[in-house]
Amino acid sequence: MPVATPTDILEQRSRRDVRHERLFRWLLKGCALIVLAALLGAAGATLWGGRDAFATFGWHFLVSSSWDPGNDVYGALVPVYGTIVTSFIALLIAVPISFGIALYLSEVAPTWLRTPVASAIELLAGIPSIIYGMWGLFVFAPFFANHIKPWLTNNLGNKPDDGKLSWVAEHVPFVGKLFGSDYPFGASILVAGIVLAIMVIPFISSVMREVFQTVPTRLKESAYALGSSTWEVSWDIVLPYTRSAVIGGIFLGLGRALGETMAVTFVLGNAMQLSASLLDPGTSIASTIANQFSEASGLQKSSLMALAFLLFVVTFIVLLIARLMLRRLASKEGR
Amino acid sequence: MLTLNKNPIRFVAVAALVVASTFGVSAQATDITGAGSSFVYPVMSKWSAAYAEKTGNHLNYQSVGSGAGIAQIKEGTIDFGASDAPMKAEDLQKFGLGQFPIVVGGIVPVVNIAGVRADQIKLDGTTLADIFLGKISNWNDPKIAALNAGLSLPAGKITVVHRSDGSGTSFNFTNYLSKVNPTWASQVKFGTAVEWPTGVGGKGNEGVSQYVRQIKGSIGYVEYAYAVKNKLAWVDLKNASGNFMKPSADAFAAAAATADWASAKDFNLIMTNAPGAQAWPITATTWMIMYKTPKNANNSKVAFDFFKFALEHGQQSASELDYVPLPNALVSRIEAYWASEFKH
Repeated sequence: MPVATPTDILEQRSRRDVRHERLFRWLLKGCALIVLAALLGAAGATLWGGRDAFATFGWHFLVSSSWDPGNDVYGALVPVYGTIVTSFIALLIAVPISFGIALYLSEVAPTWLRTPVASAIELLAGIPSIIYGMWGLFVFAPFFANHIKPWLTNNLGNKPDDGKLSWVAEHVPFVGKLFGSDYPFGASILVAGIVLAIMVIPFISSVMREVFQTVPTRLKESAYALGSSTWEVSWDIVLPYTRSAVIGGIFLGLGRALGETMAVTFVLGNAMQLSASLLDPGTSIASTIANQFSEASGLQKSSLMALAFLLFVVTFIVLLIARLMLRRLASKEGR
Repeated sequence: MLTLNKNPIRFVAVAALVVASTFGVSAQATDITGAGSSFVYPVMSKWSAAYAEKTGNHLNYQSVGSGAGIAQIKEGTIDFGASDAPMKAEDLQKFGLGQFPIVVGGIVPVVNIAGVRADQIKLDGTTLADIFLGKISNWNDPKIAALNAGLSLPAGKITVVHRSDGSGTSFNFTNYLSKVNPTWASQVKFGTAVEWPTGVGGKGNEGVSQYVRQIKGSIGYVEYAYAVKNKLAWVDLKNASGNFMKPSADAFAAAAATADWASAKDFNLIMTNAPGAQAWPITATTWMIMYKTPKNANNSKVAFDFFKFALEHGQQSASELDYVPLPNALVSRIEAYWASEFKH
């Protein structure tokens, strides 16, 4: 009866290891490929579904502001504009606030407060968007219409109630148009932007807080030892150290804002019209699709699919810009 | 658990009994599936509960929207589709389908003007269309004043509220505006969604009700039940014979009774602007769409039995939900259509 020598056992083991290693790699590759396949599949399916719309309207689909099911003429300009502007407003509000929350929690707040507030933020991130939408429609939009909007239209807008233009509306370009509106209700591009901001703050701030905590204490303490203030440490040490992760968090929030459907549908006013004013109702890509898909057929359905494809394109372009920004920042590093 | 484990045979026996008694009833019963219009969903669910109690057969109705309902019946994945717009004769022919109405409901314009309650303000079709076109944009417009002698309306901008989602309510409302206003007919046309010349969009009847309640000086349109439920101030409308009508079950029924069903093949008739003296002008129905030669004969038979039950015994529950049962003459016309057109 042959007896296995120690070298035999070792050889067997290493062969098994190699086999396992190979299997594991294939498994990992498979996981990554699933994501890629799902992305390409979804983009391809929407492009294929929207082929009739692209073939019928061509480039006109991108620049036309008409969405007219009665006459079967469709253009994507209004929804695309609404999507980009509401998301931009959301980031404009959410980024500074998230930055403040994250800094407070990682640098300033007493230790006993940090964990409860951090969990509260994570809880906020888990609230379904329909609840934000209902809150926006029933609570925030009426409040905005009664208390905030009159102030904005009278002091900044070009259509004040009493007809007298304020100094700002007269002398600062564009502001008058941005805040001029004679619609007497809340649901509008600005309200949608604000509701979106509240929705993305938890995402951005929790990412920021996580990465701020990774900054080595020794770096911060050295700066404090040299007499820096908390602001100087945050701006010159913490932020540069975590820059790429912070931008990543911001774009995670932007991604959610661009694709948000239900909450926006409730508070955007759903009007297919192009208006310079932020206080007028508008529409977004996702809410147009949600509103019209169930009853659409033929060219209208195809146009909605084409809109879905455009949402992919818009998101892709935004991510591309983020990458380029990161690369430029990286090349400046160390100077 | 411990006691059960001690005696596994008894446990299995009990489990088998439980399973048998759960499925025993439905062994004879048939489950049928329908999909489409959300307009009829409330009354469908009420009817199907009553029908299940009586016969043991279950109806699974998916309120997915008329367009999706038509698409699904064309693919043959369901036993019947339900649509707020009738299918065209050539489409029915092409797919071997038949259609018939099942219940009637009314759509009412609602306003939010300080001091104006339900039934106080009167409008006619042309004026209503001009408001929704944005041509009339102030409540003190002379055209509105001419229809409302004795009612002083405050000067105030009119804000139009329409549906943001594609819907049968919009289909019937825009169809009415097209019938009474040539500008609307040529410019906007009618459909489940249109390019609204002005105003804001609320999602669903609930969304429109909410916007009308919030916006001073607004006008919108909702199904009658929502106007009642939300205590909105509805508008009296001038009908095709020149009478100003209050929205009511009787007025909806009058529209269904006076519509010209006799000359409408496959019930392809949208009954807005019905001719009757007492008819409410924006009355709507939902069509049930089925295969004339069904793939699953047994299911189809049960579906017809269900519709027969709904037409003959479901009237009370329909009125409770502010729908209107079909008039008797129309019911016998539908039953004759079943007998002549469908194989079951």
